[in-house]
Amino acid sequence: MSLGPYASFIVTSYALVAIVVALLIGWIAIDYGSQTRRLRELDASGVTRRSGRSATELT
Amino acid sequence: MSIARNAVHDYQDARTLTKPLTMSLIDLANPTKFLALTARVLPWLAAITAILLAIGLYQSATAPDDYQQGATVKIMFIHVPNAWLSMFVWGVMSAASLGTLVWRHPLADVAAKSAAPIGAAFTFLALVTGSLWGRPMWGTYWEWDARLTSVLILFLMYLGLMALWRAVEDPSRAARAAAVLTLVGAINLPIIKFSVDWWNTLHQPASVLRIGGSTLDRAFLIPLLVMAVAFTLLFLTLHLAAMRNEILRRRVRSLQMMQASHRAA
Repeated sequence: MSLGPYASFIVTSYALVAIVVALLIGWIAIDYGSQTRRLRELDASGVTRRSGRSATELT
Repeated sequence: MSIARNAVHDYQDARTLTKPLTMSLIDLANPTKFLALTARVLPWLAAITAILLAIGLYQSATAPDDYQQGATVKIMFIHVPNAWLSMFVWGVMSAASLGTLVWRHPLADVAAKSAAPIGAAFTFLALVTGSLWGRPMWGTYWEWDARLTSVLILFLMYLGLMALWRAVEDPSRAARAAAVLTLVGAINLPIIKFSVDWWNTLHQPASVLRIGGSTLDRAFLIPLLVMAVAFTLLFLTLHLAAMRNEILRRRVRSLQMMQASHRAA
């Protein structure tokens, strides 16, 4: 597959999209980990939800 | 008495008939039920997105060169889906804002807040890939024409909205302010869409969604549509995951407040 004289523009475009999408996925995954860790810490300290269920019970 | 009893029976029958629909809406409005739904749907959505993206990327790589643009036409397969999504996400946020202001739906502001950073990322990619496509085709990275400028304004509005969410600590107050700003900002969507018709711009007019059908050859149209569907599913996957995170963040906040009030007591 030859990309011609403007190959650098094409490759840079695809690389940028890949990087930004990877950053979005990474940010959401790290955020999920952070929130569930904080819920586990609250659960360990004895705080429960108003419904009486555990803080870490997600559903 | 019998009329009253019949009326009660009619009311109960009507409730029984409408129960599945209303219950499913109520179920979705409940964050806990929403988390359960997300846990079931997310893995499937992510898998379908990955498969469609792989197919779309393969088709983009093997698509023929354009007789005028050469291989740079491949940038279209990522630029156009990102440009479409930049507007689609604002549309989703506008619908969610109506849900916040009119129906006070419990998940509406969660949906709007979670969509903003994802929409900003897609708009950024539309601007940058457009710029990288413009340099070899137009001879310039940037031109202050109507289409490019209105999309830049959309990007700045996304950033402003994210800043507003961060600036106001109380989520319900932030939600109402952000909903108003989002609905006012929605005026920019038709300006972006029709800017190429209303003004003399460097950007080409619509070539896919237009009266009279697409002007694109099937060799380019099919990979473009596959990539558009794949990116839309990518948005839905990321949005659901971000909404789940936001619900958990609010649960953490309310538990911390409960903990603080217990300590104070």
